[in-house]
Amino acid sequence: MASLKDLRSRIASVKSTRKITSAMKMVAASKLRRAQDAAEAARPYAERMGTMLGRLATAVGSNEGAPKLLAGTGKDDVHLLVVFTADRGLCGGFNASIVKATRLKAKALQAEGKTVKLICVGRKGADALKREFGDNIVARYTGIEGKKGIDFSSATEVADKVLALYDEGEFDVCTIFYNKFVSAISQVATAQQLIPFTGEEADEQEEATGSSAVYEYEPSEEAILADLLPRNVGVQIFGAMLESSASEHGARMSAMDNATRNAGDMIDRLSIQYNRSRQAQITNELIEIISGAEAL
Amino acid sequence: MTDTTVLELVSPSALLKSEPVEMVVVPGTDGNFGVLPKHAPMISTIRPGVIDIYAGGKVSERIFVAGGVAEVNPERCTILAEEAVPVSDLKADEAQARLEEAQAALKSAETAHDKANAERALDIARAQIQALSN
Repeated sequence: MASLKDLRSRIASVKSTRKITSAMKMVAASKLRRAQDAAEAARPYAERMGTMLGRLATAVGSNEGAPKLLAGTGKDDVHLLVVFTADRGLCGGFNASIVKATRLKAKALQAEGKTVKLICVGRKGADALKREFGDNIVARYTGIEGKKGIDFSSATEVADKVLALYDEGEFDVCTIFYNKFVSAISQVATAQQLIPFTGEEADEQEEATGSSAVYEYEPSEEAILADLLPRNVGVQIFGAMLESSASEHGARMSAMDNATRNAGDMIDRLSIQYNRSRQAQITNELIEIISGAEAL
Repeated sequence: MTDTTVLELVSPSALLKSEPVEMVVVPGTDGNFGVLPKHAPMISTIRPGVIDIYAGGKVSERIFVAGGVAEVNPERCTILAEEAVPVSDLKADEAQARLEEAQAALKSAETAHDKANAERALDIARAQIQALSN
């Protein structure tokens, strides 16, 4: 049985761990609020971009000269998966769930005889996928989230890379994997096709509002679309980054909340054990003294 | 004149402005265009330049945008801007530094992609300087 001294130091160490986890929880909670605000603030832009693109896509879609980003390359041999994870761990199943979703998809694609390429945003994803798909990772980005949250320029950086690869014909279909923020305790690993552009959401919205106005385009539908589509890639990536960051903080907050609670339970249990063995020791000593006195 | 159109200025990170205005002048790629209430629906790309917001027949606010898209319909004018700063917040020396940086980037650009990016940065910097000079 552990000695009293051992128990004391054990209790002390669990207590300091609890302090750390509860501090991390509070930090995550405040970051979550900020990340959530940022994600909400970014939504109007993405929504308006979506409606505008949907409208344009329906106008141009049938034409022959539709941009490659809309029409696709006509093949579906090489898939690019962009994976958004966190740079740091200690956030429950956050990184694991997204990595798992990616791995499943990549395996399925490879089984169909397709080539898979990966771009990892966030250190954890790259680390986890390095072993199996090390040769397929074409780029990785870390340190996306700075002191002031996520900057649009970091999304542009990733988008530029994706677009450059697409221009060089390095892939045919691009899908992004990120954790969608549902609530502080729930995040859903989501896959979303980025290239070629799919405008389903916008179309539905269009029908709902029933706006049938004929738009004039300046300079021309094609030119605007050619300008808008690459931009949309950046916006989608930015959105994914924001969602992912809000999810990360949410996941970390609940993970740390659990850890804090568990540490509390452990301290209670250890304290009981400590008190009991202390009492046992005192009783023992008393018996020794009494029997010693009786023997005289 | 009480007729107004709603101007919405949205950047990727926030909804910057959503308010009724009498008129806005937007720097379209094919030339500036003014948007009054009941404007015919149109979509246009924007070049780097200044959005002028009019109130009471005078310019009440000037906002620099680094490019984007504008969607106009009879009730509103939505501008999706990549970067939007009030002209009063622009600094001449910063714009100058940006210009030099862009020129350097253009010189060292190797791929067509880099070059296109640098050229765009150059256009933005030039437009900023121009916005400051008048």
